[in-house]
Amino acid sequence: MSDKTADRVERVRSAEDLSRDQREISISEFFEKNRHLLGYDNKVKALLTVVREAVDNSLDACETARIVPDIKVSVKLVSGMKDRYVISVEDNGPGIVKQNIGRVFGKLLFGSKFHKLLQSRGQQGIGISGAVLYSQLTSGKPAKIVTSTGDGKTHCMDLMIDTFKNEPEIIKEDVREGKNWHGVKIELEAEGKYVEHQQSISEYLKQTALSNPYAEIIYDSPDGKIKFERSVKTLPEEPKSIKPHPHGVEIGILRRMLRTTEARTLTGFFTTDFSRVGQSSAKEIIRLAKFGEDVNPKNIDGPQVEKLFQAVQQVQLIKPPLDCLSPLREKLIEEGLKKQLKPEYVVAITRPPDVYRGNPFQIEVGVAYGGELPPDSVAALYRFANRVPLMYQAGDCALAKAVSEIEWRRYGLEQASGAALPTGPIAIFVHIASVWVPFTSESKEAIASYPEIIKEVKLALQEAGRKLSIYVNKKRRAGEAALRMSLFEKYIPEVADALARLSGAEKGKIAAKLENMLKKGKVVIEDTEEPEKPAGKEDDA
Amino acid sequence: MAGEAVKKLDNLGKKLVKDIDEEKNPSMTIPLRALSNVVFDRQDKTLRIGGKTFVRSFFNVAHARKFLQTVEVGAISKDLLNNNKHASLRDVFYMAKRTIPNTKINVVDEQQESDNAVEDLEMITGSWREQLHINANKLGAVAGNVIVEDAGDTIDWSKLGSGGWSIPSNIEELKFKKVDAKYVIYMEKAAVWERLNEDKVWKKLNCIIISSQGQATRGIRRMLQILSTEYKLPIYVLTDFDPWGIYIYSVLKFGSINLAHISDRLSVPNARFLGITADDIEKYDLKKHFISFKDVDFSRLEQIGAYDWFKNNKDWQRQFKMMKDWKAKAEIQALSARGISFISDKYLPEKIKNEDWLD
Repeated sequence: MSDKTADRVERVRSAEDLSRDQREISISEFFEKNRHLLGYDNKVKALLTVVREAVDNSLDACETARIVPDIKVSVKLVSGMKDRYVISVEDNGPGIVKQNIGRVFGKLLFGSKFHKLLQSRGQQGIGISGAVLYSQLTSGKPAKIVTSTGDGKTHCMDLMIDTFKNEPEIIKEDVREGKNWHGVKIELEAEGKYVEHQQSISEYLKQTALSNPYAEIIYDSPDGKIKFERSVKTLPEEPKSIKPHPHGVEIGILRRMLRTTEARTLTGFFTTDFSRVGQSSAKEIIRLAKFGEDVNPKNIDGPQVEKLFQAVQQVQLIKPPLDCLSPLREKLIEEGLKKQLKPEYVVAITRPPDVYRGNPFQIEVGVAYGGELPPDSVAALYRFANRVPLMYQAGDCALAKAVSEIEWRRYGLEQASGAALPTGPIAIFVHIASVWVPFTSESKEAIASYPEIIKEVKLALQEAGRKLSIYVNKKRRAGEAALRMSLFEKYIPEVADALARLSGAEKGKIAAKLENMLKKGKVVIEDTEEPEKPAGKEDDA
Repeated sequence: MAGEAVKKLDNLGKKLVKDIDEEKNPSMTIPLRALSNVVFDRQDKTLRIGGKTFVRSFFNVAHARKFLQTVEVGAISKDLLNNNKHASLRDVFYMAKRTIPNTKINVVDEQQESDNAVEDLEMITGSWREQLHINANKLGAVAGNVIVEDAGDTIDWSKLGSGGWSIPSNIEELKFKKVDAKYVIYMEKAAVWERLNEDKVWKKLNCIIISSQGQATRGIRRMLQILSTEYKLPIYVLTDFDPWGIYIYSVLKFGSINLAHISDRLSVPNARFLGITADDIEKYDLKKHFISFKDVDFSRLEQIGAYDWFKNNKDWQRQFKMMKDWKAKAEIQALSARGISFISDKYLPEKIKNEDWLD
């Protein structure tokens, strides 16, 4: 038993040894290491994501309280620091009650949406706390929150997230009296890079103004102030929350719902926690899964959940209620496009709601044409999900895919061959409203390609295209007629000159008469080819 | 003569001005020069223009430029007539060519366009090109025992050395002082003419030899017609054995599609095709000098075989069939393989003596 053996036999580590390194990691810790999943891949995008999360939160809060939003955004370089910015977003929303401030901003996955579905910008309860997390990770500074609910008290709080516990850590807290206002102001310091480009903050805010034409947004950027004025003063109708539809629930969510339900029996679970499940449907599901009706849902676990999930898929159910959605509606879309893009023609189409995998959704599109839109470039495509602009990953997005699969040529527009966006002075607006938007990833940048969604987008665009083509064709005919007029105006002096020499008549008179015929529309301008001639060349020299 | 043409051009101008006075789209009616509007007159063995016409108007996007070209060339012609000057087709092209102010449009871009306008004016006015004082370039070569007077000069076709005399575009004023020949040989190739001239064939066989390059010009066709009708000389045609050569013969004899409106002044119904024929190729063993047919040759052969004036001619259809079967063509110069002067010493004398030709 010498050194030799020791060399050969490596020391085997026991499970106990390994267990010393194993521990539960919190969601905060996870995202600390996987920040790209939340849209913080690089410094440029990170700055946009911070602004986006705060603005989305503000708009959601205002709309829920039925307040016409006023949003102030400020992005300023920290003096003396490279790539370090202070981002602040302020709204005139309802404010946040004191006891919730910490959890709203300082705890990931804080939300109330396990048992209901509601069309809103946020879905998972990660957004704003994710921004706080990114800020403290890159600057080490706490988030500064100032809020009031209109009771004369203004709460100021500096907080950080305890990533190990996924709990807010209040650094400083105080209350000021006297000022009467409501709303929230959040200020974060974070690493970032400010670049004006296609996916810049100002572009994001411009698109936000397009899809939220009732909001006023003032942006104080490192390059100066920009104001996006509201084009309408009314909010869209209020969305209603609905319970999940069984066909829209994935197995993981079903497991979680079983664990957290307040129902005592399986029948009760299905009839109270879901929409569109009556007694008989619930019984059929349970029968197919071969469970007892009185089984406590909390006792179902492991492979049993799978059995229940399979049974749910086999039962025919009515579609979920569709009146829960809040589309912008055609007028709002048209007003927003007119105000922000200054085109000469706009058309918007709002489709009736439909369902993908048990989730209600609604598609609306707008097309702006001409005016101040750039005439020779590829059309601008603006994608929105629940009124939030989607800035990245157009290539993976069902909305973009549907737009380029349209035969725009059919509607009088130019289009490169193959699936492509049209070319010309065109901007296309596509909005999906849904209680659960099927994003391809947590960073919420692209919509998954459900056939129902693609079909609805196409139907909407085709209808808009038909209306646009009437306008475009009318305009083109007018343009062609003007072009012909000017062509003949140029020919007239030449023909008058030659005809004067041929006939002996006076040149000026011929020209005047021809011009009169042209301008007063005395003559119909034809466009018919002459019959073809034989090739003269080999016939005769 | 000139007065007549001026009057006709004047009429065209007045008609157009009248249209404008009446606020009508100024337009001219032009007979259609296309195969669909050409009729073969079996009696006279001549192509004639049919009754189809088309209208060219100013206020028509597709016509405006051609309308301007026609009026412009008409004005140029009228000016030439009034000043008793003649211009070449090339001159007319440059006289008409200019850019319309504030556009990138030229009145004419290519000579073909002003040439077409000239032909259209011939149709509209019923005057031929030379009467409008527009001439083509002189072309080709002639030699023989003939003396002519042209613009006051006397030209002896037997004393012109190796070059011969080029035939002017307009031979209306030409006077024949002496014509001493038994027949005329017209050949497609200048090189063959030079061979025959060097061998003094015109002297040995007492004939006139004429060539151009490719299609015969109007001047040459007119001259052949005069020699045929006024001097009763047989006209023999010598071309390559291919669809293009046969069409040269076809134009000489029957007239062309493009100039069917003046066939009466140009065609030579008595012309005969001397060679080279399919039979010559077999007789003189020329197959080894064949050139393979290309796609264009096949399609041209097809077209020519279907023309009214060849369709029912058994002798010609036999030639076409042999050419098609051989999938090949042959040049006149292939005869040189039998000796440089074989054509002069043996081929031509024998063909003519044996009356070995196609009609």
